Amino acid sequence: MIANIVFDIVALILLVSAVMVVTSRNPVHAVLFLIVAFLNAAVLFLLAGAEFLAFILAIVYVGAVAVLFMFVVMMLDVDFSALRQGFQRYAPIGALVALALFGELALVFAAFQLSPGAAASRLYPAPQHVTNTVALGELIYTHYLVLFQLSGIILLVAMIGAIVLTHRERKRAKRQDLLAQHARTPAQTLSMVRAGLGQGAEIPDEKKETIR
Amino acid sequence: MNRLGRMAWGLVLWEILSGLALTLRYFFSPKATINYPYEKNPTRARFKGEHALRRYPNGEERCIACKLCEAVCPAQAITIEAEPREDGSRRTTRYDIDMTKCIYCGLCEEACPVDAIVEGPNFEFATETREELLYDKAKLLANGDRWEPELVKRLELDAPYR
Amino acid sequence: MNAFFETNIGILILTVLESLALIVPLLIGVAYLTYAERRVMGAIQLRKGPNMVGPFGLMQPFADALKMLMKETIIPTGADRILFVLAPMITFGLAVVAWAVIPVNNHWAIANINVGILYLFAVSSLGVYGIIIAGWASNSKYAFFGALRSAAQMVSYEVSMGFVIVTVLLCVGSLNLNDIVLAQRHIWFAIPLFPLFIIFFISGLAETNRAPFDLAEGESEIVAGFFVEYSAMSFALFFLGEYANMILISAMTTTLFLGGWLSPIPFAPFTMVPGVLWFLLKVMICLFVFIWVRATLPRLRYDQLMALGWKVFLPITLVYLVLVAGVMEYCGWLPHA
Repeated sequence: MIANIVFDIVALILLVSAVMVVTSRNPVHAVLFLIVAFLNAAVLFLLAGAEFLAFILAIVYVGAVAVLFMFVVMMLDVDFSALRQGFQRYAPIGALVALALFGELALVFAAFQLSPGAAASRLYPAPQHVTNTVALGELIYTHYLVLFQLSGIILLVAMIGAIVLTHRERKRAKRQDLLAQHARTPAQTLSMVRAGLGQGAEIPDEKKETIR
Repeated sequence: MNRLGRMAWGLVLWEILSGLALTLRYFFSPKATINYPYEKNPTRARFKGEHALRRYPNGEERCIACKLCEAVCPAQAITIEAEPREDGSRRTTRYDIDMTKCIYCGLCEEACPVDAIVEGPNFEFATETREELLYDKAKLLANGDRWEPELVKRLELDAPYR
Repeated sequence: MNAFFETNIGILILTVLESLALIVPLLIGVAYLTYAERRVMGAIQLRKGPNMVGPFGLMQPFADALKMLMKETIIPTGADRILFVLAPMITFGLAVVAWAVIPVNNHWAIANINVGILYLFAVSSLGVYGIIIAGWASNSKYAFFGALRSAAQMVSYEVSMGFVIVTVLLCVGSLNLNDIVLAQRHIWFAIPLFPLFIIFFISGLAETNRAPFDLAEGESEIVAGFFVEYSAMSFALFFLGEYANMILISAMTTTLFLGGWLSPIPFAPFTMVPGVLWFLLKVMICLFVFIWVRATLPRLRYDQLMALGWKVFLPITLVYLVLVAGVMEYCGWLPHA
């Protein structure tokens, strides 16, 4: 009973905040509504008894991904009037695309039906005696091991790709080498030179390297 | 030490540990702060604190309204008005010091030929309003009466150097 | 009476009472942590610290709280009013909410849930939102800088913290905090996992934005960082949140590495002492180290902070995780749940 009421409330908040993500004018507010949506989705997972998934959702999506979203969105300097320019001109095309998409979706969903043997062909029923963390582990690391590892590799490739694309070595950038810095002694960098009148000091060759 | 060795040594966090040891030693060492309102640092005999107007032992004011202090005051904090008293002696009718202007240089004290205006040992005369810092003659004389024993002692200690 | 506490209403009342029994001491603890910090920092800097209000200055926190309450809350023009007011509440709320799963004695937790450690990790990773929202909603350059810094910092240090937690889980075989403590009956994890213990503690410093990782505040560069624009009670909430988070991280360190409520010396006179006292003692020692470190170390430069997180902590934790997994598999010590 109580679980049903909580489900209704949480689902309602989830839907409302999902709508607000799309409709709110301020992009930061949109991201915050997205976070609210994530959190409510996590609560739904909890209600369904999948506490591991719920907290993973909170940690990964809310704690890391959405933070980076916020990070980017906060720094955007969006000129909304510039964005609105040409709205009238492109409206018909947009409407056409939207209509086409909607038609396709409608067709797909109209023809959609659950196969009668679907429930029986599920690999595992809901776990009974073990916590669902264990159940999930047993599933992922046995039946779906290859898929799981593959998705990991895809993420790794994506990460390396992002780094390769954006990282550039700046030649003139000063870099700190802490180890070298700590190992320096006065003998390596300091030399006492008596400068003659109007002549300046001569830097010994072996010291020149250490002077940056 | 080679680079790898230094890197490994870095993981020991020796510098941070020795820093922590140092602060821990200070944690247990006796504190430098004095417990101020209950304990005070001694002040020197020449300490320049709150002003006071002194009297002679018979109760007569010392100040003869020569206005040397008013003239010498670099901050122009002193205002004096004077007229002869009934017995014919020259005395001030007004002797004001604006303590918010005063820079505590002690020149008034130096200039005074009769040791009337002096700076005393008191440094705790903070007030809640600005007006209270505009001292008049009554306030200065009251200060003199209050601090007289110490003022005498200070002048005595300072006398050999004048 | 027992039957009453089995009903829905009874459970509700019981939970509320339990929460109060936890939150009230927590808030008093936060208040006295501010006092302890001032006294300890004072002692290290050869000062006395506050000692005038009440005996030994013990009433100082309440005097401060009263002062904060009397001040005027100022909301800057151009600020996002709702978010501006919401941000300190989020910070403080999360710092308190996390305590629901901390076991202060055997099975003494408000919610002894299966995935307690994940809950803690999730709540502490949400903590960054209070800071980001505050920084953005203030509509001020310095506040925004502080928010950006802390966002990057907290995300970075969460990674190594996560790996440390995974290694501990590997040794326990359960995500339940009660089980994690009980798994340390024979040896505290701080001993076999010593490097991870240190890394966890340092990441905890970064996670709570404490010195030497307090770049989000950075008084000398960005005034006070994300809470420049805050005053009165909303400022106090940030303040309380920071200190509550310190206590939380100390409690997490205690639970994960220092054997929670378990007695350090496992025989008669010491095991008689209630576990809560041991727990409190360990938390207090951790808190002392928090303050001690603050009084000792200067603030890191921003690139040093990032380099430490990604280039030192992450590789070390990863290697140690693999090492621990390997050793445990080889010796057959893996716990089978």
